[in-house]
Amino acid sequence: MERARQLVTSKTFLIHFILIVGSIAMVVPFLWMILTSLKTYAESIHVPPVIFPEKFQWGNYKEIFELLPFFKFMLNTLIITIVRTVGQVFLCSLAAYAFARIEFPGRNFLFLLALAVLMVPGQVFLLPQYMIMVKLGWLNTLQAVIVPGLFSAFGTFLLRQFFMGLPKELEEAARLDGCNHFQIYWKIMLPLAKPGLVALGIFTTLWSWNELMWPMIVNSSPESMTLSVGLSSLQGQYLTNYPILMAGSFLAILPMLILFIILQKQFIEGIAVTGGK
Amino acid sequence: MKGIPQQVEVKANTKVKMSNLANTRKRSDYFWAYLMIAPTMLGLMIFYLWPILQTFYYSFTEWGAFGQYEWTGLDNYKRMIEDTNLIKSFKNTGIYIIFTVPIGIFLSILIAVLLNQKIKGKSIYRTLYFLPVITMPAAIAMVWKWLYNSDYGLLNYLLSLIGIKGPQWVSDPKIALYSLIAVAIWSGIGYNMVIFLSGLQGIPKTYYEAAEMDGAGPIRVFFKITLPLLSPVIFFVSIMSLIGAFQVFDLIFMMIGKSSTALENTQSIVYLFYQHAFVLNDKGYAAAIAVLLLVVILIITAIQFVLQKKWVHYD
Repeated sequence: MERARQLVTSKTFLIHFILIVGSIAMVVPFLWMILTSLKTYAESIHVPPVIFPEKFQWGNYKEIFELLPFFKFMLNTLIITIVRTVGQVFLCSLAAYAFARIEFPGRNFLFLLALAVLMVPGQVFLLPQYMIMVKLGWLNTLQAVIVPGLFSAFGTFLLRQFFMGLPKELEEAARLDGCNHFQIYWKIMLPLAKPGLVALGIFTTLWSWNELMWPMIVNSSPESMTLSVGLSSLQGQYLTNYPILMAGSFLAILPMLILFIILQKQFIEGIAVTGGK
Repeated sequence: MKGIPQQVEVKANTKVKMSNLANTRKRSDYFWAYLMIAPTMLGLMIFYLWPILQTFYYSFTEWGAFGQYEWTGLDNYKRMIEDTNLIKSFKNTGIYIIFTVPIGIFLSILIAVLLNQKIKGKSIYRTLYFLPVITMPAAIAMVWKWLYNSDYGLLNYLLSLIGIKGPQWVSDPKIALYSLIAVAIWSGIGYNMVIFLSGLQGIPKTYYEAAEMDGAGPIRVFFKITLPLLSPVIFFVSIMSLIGAFQVFDLIFMMIGKSSTALENTQSIVYLFYQHAFVLNDKGYAAAIAVLLLVVILIITAIQFVLQKKWVHYD
């Protein structure tokens, strides 16, 4: 018995040991980001490094707003993220419901077309998408990032799987009551598909907030830049002033961090669902 | 006797009515279905499906300074064969994939298996490992560049404590790619870990109980039970990771300077695509690179699907 217990504790110890070493590797970059963002420039390049700044330099956070239209970047990213997420979840769920629950001519063909988009790497769309934006005169506008992001083959596919897994009985009852398909979708199916909608919503939010290449291609003026692009422009200009760079980086990730802390369960389940199916 | 034809008539009438009803119901079905798929399908056609064809078309053209282009046949594809930069970028992307995909999968399975044990503090660990997943790649690149800084970076300071003079992580052409690989693995573990964890939780407990009865040790249990039953998930993750790794861009763009000596040894296929498309205004050639990328990804995914028969177990 004694030996068995010892074996169990040493096993648990080993597990915790590995997990803690890994956790440190995960967390240190974030801590270093925050600590650096609160140092003076001199402290940041001191050798050996100063771990804790003598006095928290909150001024670095003020400075980033003076150096760059950082507030504008945040606002742009926020608008883009919200509109894309709400729009995409709505449009994808609408199409997904029809693909999952209504028989209509051409259903399989059209769904196959949507699936084809899933198989193709994003770079294949970029050039023609850019040309469309040029033709529409949408360069350096928020809609250049928002509009292509409203349509998603992935989201349609994901939600279709969800709708297909829901019971048919409720729907039949609603049809006998004379509800049309939109009413069934809106009143019955959407509430039932909530976990799927949340998963897609979280996925789209993360993606829109963090995306770099497309916003960088279409929006290069500070007026319409997103945070990712703003950060990438910062890098060249203030290459050495790391306290300010770190303050900017931390501010850029803070909203997603807060959202993650609030909706942790949904984030992790959402990734498991979107990834696992 | 008279009643019978009448009954037949009535029956026929209801049949007509029924089929009329069914028809109107069907028509209303079609109406709603097309209405509901219309926005997404139109959007996908305009912004995704048509662009696929256009990219193919562009790949046979050469672009001038004012956005005009002319048909040049296979010139872009011929040019690829001699383009040392492109060959180099394939090599870089290949090295990047060979390291990030297997190591990333190995580490995330390891963490997922450990988190699937009966231990305390699971949700805290899970949260910490997940942090990089929600973090903007631009910010990740920024902080790692700082950690890697050869003069003032934390990493080289820690190495100096044990008497090692740290290298120039992101500007030494021999090392830079591996520095990027480390960051990519670091930032990807949490995502795959969550998928593996949900896969592990789907393995019925009875298998483990049976193995315990037979007195199998943990390592044997892992290789004989966990790994085979997890193989469909491993297959899925390896396909997604591979496709993702093929498209690496953000890290390279953010961490390696445009004039860095390490650029040649780190630039990926997509980085080169971006350069030709949006910096050099060499859009025809960029389109050809995109087509090549598509073909290579499709071929490798197809190979994976063939190979999976040898190692993936479905029950």
